[in-house]
Amino acid sequence: MKNWILAILAAVALSGCGYNDFQRLDEQTKSSWSEVLNQYQRRADLVPNIVATVKGEAAFEQETLTKVIEARAKATSMQVTPETLNNPEAFKKFQAAQGELGSALSRLMMVSEQYPNLKSNQGFSDLRVQLEGTENRITVARNRYIQAVQEYNVLARSFPSNLTAMVFSYQPKPSFAVQNEAAISAPPVVDFNKK
Amino acid sequence: MPLSRTSQSWRYVLALGFFLLGSAHLWGQELLPVPALSRHVIDTSGTLSQVQLQALDAKLSAFEAASGAQVVVLMVPTTQPEDIASYANRVGSTWKIGRKDIGDGLLLVVAKNDRKLRIEVARALEGAVPDLAAKRVIDQAISPRFKQGDFAGGLDAGLEQIMALIRGEALPAPVAARENTQAGFQWMDLAVFLFFVVAIGGTIVRRILGNRLGSVAMGGVAGTIAMVMTSSIAIAVLAAIVAAVFTLVSSMRQFSQGPGRHNGGFGGGSGGGWSSGGGWSSGGGGGGGGGGGGFSSGGGGGFGGGGASGGW
Repeated sequence: MKNWILAILAAVALSGCGYNDFQRLDEQTKSSWSEVLNQYQRRADLVPNIVATVKGEAAFEQETLTKVIEARAKATSMQVTPETLNNPEAFKKFQAAQGELGSALSRLMMVSEQYPNLKSNQGFSDLRVQLEGTENRITVARNRYIQAVQEYNVLARSFPSNLTAMVFSYQPKPSFAVQNEAAISAPPVVDFNKK
Repeated sequence: MPLSRTSQSWRYVLALGFFLLGSAHLWGQELLPVPALSRHVIDTSGTLSQVQLQALDAKLSAFEAASGAQVVVLMVPTTQPEDIASYANRVGSTWKIGRKDIGDGLLLVVAKNDRKLRIEVARALEGAVPDLAAKRVIDQAISPRFKQGDFAGGLDAGLEQIMALIRGEALPAPVAARENTQAGFQWMDLAVFLFFVVAIGGTIVRRILGNRLGSVAMGGVAGTIAMVMTSSIAIAVLAAIVAAVFTLVSSMRQFSQGPGRHNGGFGGGSGGGWSSGGGWSSGGGGGGGGGGGGFSSGGGGGFGGGGASGGW
């Protein structure tokens, strides 16, 4: 009987201090993070097809192509687990790699505008549409992740739930910070001296 | 002197506060509001005539009745300052068009002055309308007609193709599902309704007519109600027999327990009767929303950024 009362009291106390909310929001951030990864993977899977199609164009700018291939290799070589979320360094690195791939791809698409053969190639324009759709999905998935993290972090930092976070050592989760984005979206430096 | 100074500083604070409030207000207004979902075709740009609106709306209503999928067209003058893709996603996420557990919604947004349009596809329909298919619908059916200024024709042709794509997907049939749920609802309702009618009415009728005659009368009433509601003689007869037996048995039990408990049982029964009435009316409301003239979102559509954009 006493145990029961204790258990009920503990449950009430835990729900009062936001323990359950932490669990719910933690799961929410994890699932929205998985969706982000999923869409990044989708983009990485598209790259070989795009590269193969572009390679058919004999005179295509090799440097742009190489950059895309390298960026993809770098982005896919990175091991990403849900634990990455609790490691700001790894998270930053992952973001940088994905951002690099994104800008390399957008540059490739921009350059491809100058090749009329590519533009009239039905397969290439299909790939274009798919890439556009994937980028769009990445944006949506990232937005959802940002919202989920925001909710979680607000809970982790506001009173009284911050005490719960302290007891269980729940850290605020990293989000897609603007500083990262600025570095990523900076245009690539064009250096004609480099071979 | 100190008083006037503090009042002055207060005035500054107030002014600053109003300034912040005002700027926050302006900032909040920057994003375009999502219009209310009132029908299948919403045109805030005033491009389509009343006749065209009605024709398109009728087409999409019929399609929803036939396949269950919710397709909505939204025409706005502009989506600035937002990109059409993020605006369409925001509208879709707000409206959540698509059936509750299936989520089969599709949104076609046209920004007339931006000369842009987008087909935003809910996750459940991404298989039926992949990005490439959506792009083809835009490029081949809609854009050429929009270029000539034929907005109604472009929308009509585009919607035809979209509907054909969705029909190709094996979605759960809506009509059968609705009939099933409605029939199931009626069964449940009928059982609950009859139970209370027999339990409450039985005691009254028995008081007036006596045990045997009361039971028979109750059986008759229950049978008639069942007959009217299900139009099946077998069910009516069954209900009549069950009601008669129930009334008779409960009268016997009541006699063995004595008349003192009778009033308490009656009060409880009538309370239950009211609550069952509440369930009944909520069922009716749900049915009206699905089948009647009023269009409302199924609330199940999740939009993950699928679809394609285009221009003309």
